[in-house]
Amino acid sequence: MQFKQITLDNGLEVIAEVNPNAFSMSLGYFVKTGSRDESMEVAGVSHFLEHMLFKGTPRRTSVDVNRQLDDLGSQSNAFTSEEQTVYYMSVLPENQFPALDLLTDMMRPSLRDKDFQTEKQVILEEIAMYDDQPPYGAMERAMEEYFGEHPLSTRVLGTKETVSDLTAQAMREYHRARYAPNNLCLVASGAVDFDALVRETQKMTKPWQPASVGRKLSTPVPQSKQIQMVHPPATQQYTLEFSQGPGYMDQARYVTRILATLLGDDSGSRLFWELVDKGLADAAVCYTYEFQDCGVFGLYLAGDPQQQQDNWELIQSIVSDSNSNPITERELELAKNKICSGILLAAERPSNRLFSVGGTWLSRHQYETAAQVSQHYRSVELDEVQKVFESLKGRKAVRVSVGPEIES
Amino acid sequence: MQQQVYQHTLSNGLTVLGEPMPWLESVAFTLMYPGGTAREPADRLGLAGMTLEMTQRGSGRWSSRQVVEQLDFLGVERSSSVSTFHTSISMSAMASVLEDTFEVAMSMVRQPHMPEDELDEVRQSALLELASIEDDPAQKCFVELKRSRFSDPFGRSTLGSQEGIESVTHSDCVEFHTRYAKPTGAVLSIAGRFDWEDFLRYVEKQLGSWSTGTVGQLGEVEPQIASIHIPHESQQTHIALAYDSVPYQHPEYYRGRGIVGILSDGMSSRLFTEVREKRGLVYAISASSHSLKNCGSVLCYAGTTSARAQETLDVTLDTIRSISQGIDSGELSRLKSRARTSLVMEQESSVSRSSQLAYDWITLGRTTSRQEVLHEIEQLTAENLIEHFSEYPPKRWTLVTIGPEPLEFHDAV
Repeated sequence: MQFKQITLDNGLEVIAEVNPNAFSMSLGYFVKTGSRDESMEVAGVSHFLEHMLFKGTPRRTSVDVNRQLDDLGSQSNAFTSEEQTVYYMSVLPENQFPALDLLTDMMRPSLRDKDFQTEKQVILEEIAMYDDQPPYGAMERAMEEYFGEHPLSTRVLGTKETVSDLTAQAMREYHRARYAPNNLCLVASGAVDFDALVRETQKMTKPWQPASVGRKLSTPVPQSKQIQMVHPPATQQYTLEFSQGPGYMDQARYVTRILATLLGDDSGSRLFWELVDKGLADAAVCYTYEFQDCGVFGLYLAGDPQQQQDNWELIQSIVSDSNSNPITERELELAKNKICSGILLAAERPSNRLFSVGGTWLSRHQYETAAQVSQHYRSVELDEVQKVFESLKGRKAVRVSVGPEIES
Repeated sequence: MQQQVYQHTLSNGLTVLGEPMPWLESVAFTLMYPGGTAREPADRLGLAGMTLEMTQRGSGRWSSRQVVEQLDFLGVERSSSVSTFHTSISMSAMASVLEDTFEVAMSMVRQPHMPEDELDEVRQSALLELASIEDDPAQKCFVELKRSRFSDPFGRSTLGSQEGIESVTHSDCVEFHTRYAKPTGAVLSIAGRFDWEDFLRYVEKQLGSWSTGTVGQLGEVEPQIASIHIPHESQQTHIALAYDSVPYQHPEYYRGRGIVGILSDGMSSRLFTEVREKRGLVYAISASSHSLKNCGSVLCYAGTTSARAQETLDVTLDTIRSISQGIDSGELSRLKSRARTSLVMEQESSVSRSSQLAYDWITLGRTTSRQEVLHEIEQLTAENLIEHFSEYPPKRWTLVTIGPEPLEFHDAV
């Protein structure tokens, strides 16, 4: 396994974790743009644009793009989050060049009006699909309420209104501003011919002009708020709570992830044993969301509306029980083993490594092997986890609950 | 594409299969035994899943909590599930902990404690899981599609029914496990980094004394024609559709699967192109091959806002039928290229190879090699696919819709 990295003259970074013995290679453009980089009027544009990149370029129609993706036998897709948009393909090593040619061409889309109008319908269908899933609505609302004026409050999909009102022109402007080569990173993993990759990328992206591109960073102000939502067809109650957690620049994230695992993983955690194993709740978990300038510590509960209040009180008592029930060495050891083994097992596939290597580079400009990542968890001490556990008590938090009726 | 598959039969009849993948660090194994939902008594729907859950609440020398702790300590990723005909347990881990992991897994099969005082907790969990599907109309659509198409006992949901779950007793679970967790009709497979001789020693130690049982035959599956609408206050109408095709063990399976590939594999597939790309009718559309013993089906799904649901259904049906008008060389070459790539990439995953070995054995009574699958795929031509489509045309349709309004569907009646 070898790490390679170069920055081209136009500012585009090319990085690779090369494993000559792999059966396949994966390739992806990681764009440092997402819903937090949108103004309110164009909410959803990053995600909509992600769809439009499959709709053709000056050299290819949308049919050509889709056919070539399949011609290469690729497993390919794209996704958009609050902070990044990623386009990726996994192919056989012999297809490195055509895959690179296609993916690179896609970064400079035509954004034709007719395609824009057709794809808008697809996006509205995607929004409608999630509208029918009550926990998804609760999650969007919790992000809005927790982040308030902070840019992370913008919905990744946008709303029916913002997407309907969006113009192709506004999208073109957003693309021009955010897809400059110095805001992109080309990431490869597996059986990569790095020299050829760099040589060809250089040729293909020569006309790309760097631009001044940035991101507004700020720390959200913690708030206390409780919201009840009603989704008439729902049969279950879903409750989410967000409080402050570490961002991905913060070393404390390893400690907090371990705490989230031992308190609220979906198996073997304190919440699991007290709620899920006992048949009180369908789901009761803790998790972390990490962003560039901040993070969230989340709690999630799903179950019978009649039992939700009691269950929620039980969760609260478990997560604030740091004095009488401190974290044990055994819990710490099990959480570490679980996390580290998961990292090493996933690392066997180049397609999984693409996201670890690319995500880490985009967020922290750093490369780490899977073994190095797991070492961060291994070195966490018991008192560090206990300290974060103690800090959960009395935190300001935003809670959103959705279900068939208002809870009493 | 080098591949070696070991095979061994224990004296109790259990088949053990192994595919070494020494380039990996991980190992994965799968045990399938015949405790499926089709074996549940008609008034105990949900018993198979509850029994599986009971076997995981302590076994051998471990308590319920110790089982989970031991597996977490070893860093094991696990999944267990129930299907129409089988219960499956799969685990994957780093190769160095195989022996310990295997011991825990097999203790669940051989020496589960089945604690009676935890049955009500298991029951509550099963009821919650059953209720949660009401909030996921896309998934519910498939549960109802299988129920109406394959009818009882083959169309049963793994989630069971409220009445069934409420009626299950502790002795039901014990009896179900005793009867069906048997080497007869079971298979154990392993793939990844392991030593075959060592593994057979572990197997002999844990399963050598596993006593044989008899598992009765189930009848044939007879798919039903039906058109069902379930009213739901949703934005989208969820459409699940099924029609006849050939099953996995059929000599022409790869032709049937090839046609599904033309319809639904990849972003240039016909359904994706016609329904989503050209008309923007849906976000999600798909078709897949499904086999239930002798019965092969194609299952389709589309989700769309209600005002456009009829058009979506109509375009979907037209697109399926359009296969008879021809398949172009580009479609065929893309299909083959995707299949070739998948076969190569499968060598990166011990989990997928282990489960494929078990599935092949259960369904075909033998394993299939990558060379064999590749050969089948290379044999596909536009002519033989169309010929297959005319010989096995879509028929015996089953339709389930969930949403505000029912749809017109003349083929089903």
